[in-house]
Amino acid sequence: MITQFLLVKTFRLILLIAAVATLSFVLVSSSPVDPVDAYVGAAMLRISPDQREVIAKRWGLDRPPVERFGRWAGQMATGNFGVSTIFNEPVLSVIGKRFITSFWLMALAWSLSGALGFGLGLIAGAREDTLLDRSIRLYAYTMASTPTFWVGMILLMIFSVSLGWTPVCCAWPPGLSAEQATLWQRLHHLLLPAITLSLIGIAQITLHTREKTIEALRSDYSIFARAQGESTIGIVFRRALRNVALPAVTLQFASLGELFGGAVLAEQVFAYPGLGRTTVEAGIRGDIPLLLGIVLFSTIFVFTGNFMADLIYHLVDPRLRKATGAIS
Amino acid sequence: MLDIQDLSIRFTRYTFGLKKKETCVVQGLDLSIAPGQVMAVIGQSGAGKSLLAHALLGILPRNAQVEGRVFFKGKPLTPERLSTLRGREIALIPQSITALNPLLRVGVQVARAARLSGISKKDAPTTVNRAFSRYLLQKEVATWFPFQLSGGMARRVLTATATVGMADLILADEPTSGLDPATAKEALGHLRELADTGKAVLLITHDIEAALKIADMVTVFCAGTTVEVASADDFKGLGQLRHPYTRALWNALPANSFIGTMKPIERSPNTTGCPFQTCCNEQDAVCGHSTPELKHSSAGRVRCHHA
Repeated sequence: MITQFLLVKTFRLILLIAAVATLSFVLVSSSPVDPVDAYVGAAMLRISPDQREVIAKRWGLDRPPVERFGRWAGQMATGNFGVSTIFNEPVLSVIGKRFITSFWLMALAWSLSGALGFGLGLIAGAREDTLLDRSIRLYAYTMASTPTFWVGMILLMIFSVSLGWTPVCCAWPPGLSAEQATLWQRLHHLLLPAITLSLIGIAQITLHTREKTIEALRSDYSIFARAQGESTIGIVFRRALRNVALPAVTLQFASLGELFGGAVLAEQVFAYPGLGRTTVEAGIRGDIPLLLGIVLFSTIFVFTGNFMADLIYHLVDPRLRKATGAIS
Repeated sequence: MLDIQDLSIRFTRYTFGLKKKETCVVQGLDLSIAPGQVMAVIGQSGAGKSLLAHALLGILPRNAQVEGRVFFKGKPLTPERLSTLRGREIALIPQSITALNPLLRVGVQVARAARLSGISKKDAPTTVNRAFSRYLLQKEVATWFPFQLSGGMARRVLTATATVGMADLILADEPTSGLDPATAKEALGHLRELADTGKAVLLITHDIEAALKIADMVTVFCAGTTVEVASADDFKGLGQLRHPYTRALWNALPANSFIGTMKPIERSPNTTGCPFQTCCNEQDAVCGHSTPELKHSSAGRVRCHHA
């Protein structure tokens, strides 16, 4: 059963990648970005139309779109994502490096918002309609309707500009390379962007967990637990925790897509050289190989998040575990 | 063991913004039960039977108000006292399998009930094992999840959960609903056994025939009010029954005349008088404006102007 589950998921991933690749190729082909212009950049004025044609021909730009797509897809399938025109480096190595930088930011923000959001949601749900619950809810609703970049700017103004506690930009001190920076320096630079992302990310998981907690506390099994003399705290931690955590974990994994989107904005505000910022650069400067590479990479990233959510559900929920044959 | 006098339960609801509306669901409810006795509480659905069990345990929703005098083992049952008795001296056998957490193993849930009833951590496993074997549940059932249980097994697990401690008063809420006759008989048998060991069992049900098989006494509810208290023997024939509502219930049984076209009786907020008046054949002017007292009548009690 578990192999069937994996097979179905793999098949879906292949379908998804094919669909995303086709769609993004069509979009890029019909966009006003001219790959040759993007490639020659500032040297544009010094290049004759003949030379341009040579480049276009060498790249196969004179061929019909379907044939171009076929050749591109064929190269992608063998793992050749091309060379980034702005970094002059293979796309995969650019994505790899930038993703590692982003990964720590996203991992920190993701675990912070997950843990804090779940905790706050539990408290709010267990203390429904008290002042504490109202305050938590007010915070969550405010954050849910606040743009990431705005929070980033406010934090930057307070902690970096006025107080000077945190650096103003980048992932490590300017002038050093990634390898030269100490772990502490990198953490120091990571702090503010990660907090920005967490503050926003907390909202959804808090509100969701709160709803689930209230629902659990009103369920038949909680009423029965109360009849056995269990306190509210006892019900929340000894009885309902798993029932509340299960959907929360799913939600948290499924929110990887939003996290990625949030990271693009936060990295832009903090000039943090992660994958999100690279995406913006690739888009603005017309680096098509890199842009397409990032699109496909983020597809896999978001798919992995959803896949993990599904997998955890199957492993933790006994009803589904039985269906997948993991328990007798 | 338990003595309830003039219990009422009201719910406050907000309708249309801030307009408060009070609904009285139970009023003038009297009930008493002795050790070793099975007291059946019968009435139509909506008569407030399950609410009674929840009110006794203090687990009604927050918008409910309970008034009246309740004595447990001779002393008034205050909310403070109740919070120490719940699960230790008063236990509930709930209505359905949904009372078990679907994501926790059965054994864990029974063990937690044992711990809450005051059994030490050291003794809990043996007590749970004993409860399992008492209800013919195999050891491996403890590692199962509720969805793996059959209906009868679930019922036995619920009974085991409620009786794993040493509670003296057992509230059984519709223990036979949704069970096939053989399983229902088995569930009722367990309740009788509990009463025979000296516990008091409150059997809440709408199934009169099933209740009469094991009950010593029967309390009849109509629209949240006690209308009759009778011994189980009184139900052998129509003549012994005191209240017209009880007689109507008796008549509705398949084994008897099987006349059953009674509308569900609801308590409207402004009506005075007997709760049964609208459906009663013996109704007259006095029934409309005064609620009858619960009078003693031979070995039982009855709330009727004409009894």
